[in-house]
Order: sequence, then structure tokens, then C-alpha cells
Amino acid sequence: MLKVRNLHARVAGREILRGIDLSIQHGEVHAIMGPNGSGKSTLARVLAGHPEYEVTEGEVLFEGEDLLDMDPEERARAGLFLAFQYPVEIPGLNNAYFLKAALNTMRKHRGEEELDAMEFMTLVRERMKQLDIDEAFLNRPVNEGFSGGEKKRNEIFQMAVVEPKLGILDETDSGLDIDALKIVANGVNAMRSAERTFLVVTHYQRLLNYIIPDVVHVLTDGRIVRSGGKELALELEDKGYGWLEEPVRG
Amino acid sequence: MAPSLEQYKTEFESAQRRRRTAESAQQTRMREDALSRFLELGFPTTRQEEWRFTSVAPIASQSFTLAAPAVDAGPVDVTPFRFRDVCAAELVFVDGHFAPALSTRSALLGCVRAGSLAAAVSAHASEVETHLGRVAPFDRSPFVALNTALFADGAYLHIPAHTVLEHPIHVLFVSTGGGAAPLQSHPRVLAVLGDNSQASIVESYAGPGGARYFTNVVTEIVLGQNAVLDHYKLQQESADAFHIGTVYLKGARSATCASHSVSLGGALVRNDVVAVLGGEGGGCTLNGLYLADGQRLVDNHTTIDHVMPHCGSREIYKGILADRARGVFNGKIIVRPDAQKTDAKQTNRALLLSEDAQVNSKPELEIFANDVKCTHGAAVGQLDEDAVFYLRSRGLDRSEARRLLIHAFAGDVLNRMPLESIRIGVEEILQRQLAHALDAAA
Repeated sequence: MLKVRNLHARVAGREILRGIDLSIQHGEVHAIMGPNGSGKSTLARVLAGHPEYEVTEGEVLFEGEDLLDMDPEERARAGLFLAFQYPVEIPGLNNAYFLKAALNTMRKHRGEEELDAMEFMTLVRERMKQLDIDEAFLNRPVNEGFSGGEKKRNEIFQMAVVEPKLGILDETDSGLDIDALKIVANGVNAMRSAERTFLVVTHYQRLLNYIIPDVVHVLTDGRIVRSGGKELALELEDKGYGWLEEPVRG
Repeated sequence: MAPSLEQYKTEFESAQRRRRTAESAQQTRMREDALSRFLELGFPTTRQEEWRFTSVAPIASQSFTLAAPAVDAGPVDVTPFRFRDVCAAELVFVDGHFAPALSTRSALLGCVRAGSLAAAVSAHASEVETHLGRVAPFDRSPFVALNTALFADGAYLHIPAHTVLEHPIHVLFVSTGGGAAPLQSHPRVLAVLGDNSQASIVESYAGPGGARYFTNVVTEIVLGQNAVLDHYKLQQESADAFHIGTVYLKGARSATCASHSVSLGGALVRNDVVAVLGGEGGGCTLNGLYLADGQRLVDNHTTIDHVMPHCGSREIYKGILADRARGVFNGKIIVRPDAQKTDAKQTNRALLLSEDAQVNSKPELEIFANDVKCTHGAAVGQLDEDAVFYLRSRGLDRSEARRLLIHAFAGDVLNRMPLESIRIGVEEILQRQLAHALDAAA
């Protein structure tokens, strides 16, 4: 469902991704691990279409379509969702209003009926329950005054509401305590299905105890230097990233 | 005397001939003194600190005729500007003259006075003269002086002690513009709230699109002990009009006042708000939202004067500027030597939607007491591109994302205004006015 070929990208004139190849099938969970500055988050943002990043080479096919040719909103409507590493605070914009506008835009583009206020609330209440989110939260401004953990939970909550085909989690685990981490992982696991794919970007192996990946990739210096099963994550936890300095295509 | 001032003297003389019989000697003397003061001061220039960024030359260089009563109170459609919700009274003025046929007044008001100021000046002279011209001094401001000399009418609102008004009072000033001979009007509002009373008062200013006229309003508000007021000034003049407005508020012990200013229209707009916390334990909130596009200029000057101890003030002003529009914000907080335990907080932000829009903003703190808490913050910037991306990544297109963010920016101020009908009305106007600015930027 996602095919990345020789992807190069740079930001502010500096090359960060230096030839990424990646192929993900429907229903799989892939983890991208790597040290700080390896390009993990850049990969996530490039896939979502962040305008600051410039793709200089390569291609990305998403369900057979040229992803790089789409605007960020078109990618979202096509079923790609990025859970942000640093969700943006938007004072004055009500959470419920925002989420309803987003969901209905996506439904419209998928040729589905827009939800009315009642249907929306029913859906949202159910998802909030799953993620242990207080209802008062709906009337708060988007991410404003949220703790780090609440912001991350809000990302997963939004993902659960819009039900994407591909969920990209950009360091969703960083800054979470173990209870919040379990809630987030349960939310993701509840969404796993044969049609839904996840790309989990993380610095630590810890999250992968709860979201079990099918494939683990190690990214250093803008390239995938090794790929393997879930054991690879444990090996990294044990040995660190140092032993992978020599790039080996996996 | 500069030639442009001569016309105001002539207008004054003819206005006095029309009205001489109705006013007391004291009232007449005040008008004459105010006129002399105006002629002495003349129109301000940008060499004066208070007017550094705002040139009133477009007003000073034109001539405006004082609207005569009756002649101009022809068919005016005030429907779009009426209050959308239940209100206790709606007083409508056309070119500064009271229009009883367009006004409504609920029977529930009882002992509350809500009506023409000119009528009250003759019917309740001593009650009115206790406050009129005493809250807003005319010796320092030429525009307050000009208004004091020339005002034809306005609203007199008197809420007796221990009276709580459930519904707001709406005072609506509509200008017809005057066509070939542009009109000037100088509306005056006097609101007096007795001890332990409570009310919401909305002032609106409006005129037909494309009309060029000059409105110069002065509002005086007196709050008795423990009185609570929620005050709104909604300015939606024609985009070619000149609007100069001054609000003076004075609160006694434990009085609480929120004054919300929404400024959407006008080619050249200046709003002065002066709040004097003159009694212990008083509180004041000043919220402001202004919007300008094209080549318009909106200038907000606020002063919060902490005279007595244990008073709190909160102020947040936000502006949205598109095209080549300019904004000015000056927020002064004075803490007098007796005003210990003052707690004052001021925030002002401006959102620039184009490279050519600009804002000059300046906080001014004058603190003469030592045990006080005063903070201020200012920020000017474009829309946050990270926020735009965040919304786009949730499926909203770029222009929708920008629209939502601008409304969120304004919503942060609007949400502090308790009257829902004001919030909704302003949202709609914002949406209309911003449509082209958004299209241009997309």
C-alpha cells in the first residue's frame, strides 16, 4: 500500500533523507527506529507533505497513487494520517468544531454522508471512552494548555475518529508515562485490521512492547541501514545504535 | 484660527440658535467653554505623542455639515443593525438625532431611565448635570471638546440603585452619510449605574457602505458602589467614514466593569478608552477586537488608571490587518501611589495577513506604588504556518485552514464577551469582510 523508492529530501538546504526505500503491505505495522538526527521525523513529515521539506529525488506511491504530487490535505483525504510529534496549540479553535470540520471534509471526499451533530457526538463519545479522554476536552481549544501526554492522546483520538488507511505515529511515545503509553497503544491496537497500516516512528523500543511491529527498520544518517523482525528492536535496546554504523541494506 | 476650524464655529452658532431655549445656563456655558477649548487646541497633529501614528488631516481638511433634526430622519433602514436578541430597550438615533418611531422600550424597565439625553437635560437637569461633562474632561482632548460643544443628542441611561436589568439596552447610532454634503454628528452617551445595580449596555455605530461622514462620539459611564456593567461598543461604520470615539468610565468602591470594543468599519478610526478605578476593590476588563483591510487605519488608545488599592484590571486587544491596512495600539496603565495591591495584566496581539499591513503597538506602564503586580505582553505576526499545516494534515484545504485560524484568533477575544448575539453577529461580519483578504492570500 506504501512504496517508497530512493527518497531524498532536504530542509533549509540540508539533505536529511538520502535514499530511503520502503515497502509496506496492507495491514502491516512497520517501526522506524534510529538515533536523534537520523531523519525519522523528517520521513514522517515528508510523507504527510510538510511544506518546509523539499523532495529532491525519488518517488512515493500510496495505494498506487503518486503521493508526492498531492497537497497535504489531499493526502489526508486519501487516508494518510500523521500523529504529530509536537501537536500545535490553537487558542480560540474549539476541539469539537475542528474535529467535526476535518471529519466531514474527509467523508465528503470519500463520497460518504457528512455526519450531523448527533451522529458526530455518538462517534466521538465512543472513541473518547476508548482513550480515556474526559468529555470536557471537546470544548477546550485545540491542544491549548494540554500536557504533553494529553496532546499525544489527542492525536490518537483524532486518528481514531477519522479512521485513516495509513497511520504514521511520529514519536507518539516520547514524553508519555507508562499508563498513558498503554492507553495510546491500546487505542492503536484496537484500530489494527487487515486494511489498516501503521508506520511507527520511535526512538525507544518501549512502545514496541505494546504495539508489536511486523517489521523494524533502522534509520541512520538518512538511510535505512537494517530491517528485520520485532527482535531487531530488542537487539537495539540492548546494544544501542553504535553497532550499526556500517550501512547494510536489509 | 485655521480656516478649517472656522466651519465648526459657524456650525456651533447655528446649532445654539436652534436649541437655546432648552438648555440651562450652566449647560450653555459648558458648550461655549468647550468650543473655545477646541478652537484653542485645534485638530491634533502627528507631532503630538498621542497622535504620532494617526494623522487626522483627512478629517481636518474637509468640511462636514451638522445634520439638522427632522430633515434627515427620512426613511432609513436600520434593520440590519438592530439587536438580534431580546433587549430591554433599543434607542435609535439617525445622524445624532433621536428617532422615537424607530426606538423601542420595554414596559419592564420600571424606574430605569433610557431615552434621549437632550430630553433628559431639560427634564432632569440637576440629575444629568451632576455627571455630564464631569467624567470625560474636555480640556485635554480636542475631540471631546468638539463633542461637548456640538452634541445634538444621545442616550441617557440611568439604572437606579439595587436594580438588575436582565436584558441589555441597545443604543444604535446610524448615519445617513449626507451624500454631496458630508455630515458630521457628535453623539453623546451618559450611563449612570446606581449602587448594587447591574446592566448590559451595547452601543452600535453604523452607516451605509460607501458613505463618507464624520462621527465623533463621547461616552461617559459612572458606576456606583458594587455596580456591575457589561459594556459593548460595536463600530461598523461605512468603510469610507471617519470615526472618533472616546469612552470614559469611572468606578466607585467594588464596582466591576467590562468594556468590549469591536471595531470593524471606518476609513480612519480612533477609539480612546479611559477607565478610572476610583474605589477600593474595583475591577475592570477591557477587551478589544479590530479589523482593517484596504488602506484603512484603526487606532486604539486605552488607559486604565488605578487610583485606589486592591483593584484588578485585565486587558486583551487583538487586531487583524489585511492589505495595506494599519493598526495602532497604545495601552497605558497608571498605578497611583495609593493603589497598593494592584493586579494588572495587559495583552495585545496583531495578526498581519499581508506583507504590506502594519501595526504600531506600545504598552505604557506608569507605576507609582511598590506592592503591585503588573504584566504586559505584545506580539505581532503572520499566521502560524505550522498551524496551517496541522489543519491541512487533517484534510482541510489551505484557505479553510487560514479562515479557521483567523476566526480562532478573533474567537479568543470574542469568547470573552458574554452576549452571544454579539459574538455571532461579529463572526458573520468577520467572515464577510475577510473573504477577499483570504482569497487574495490563497
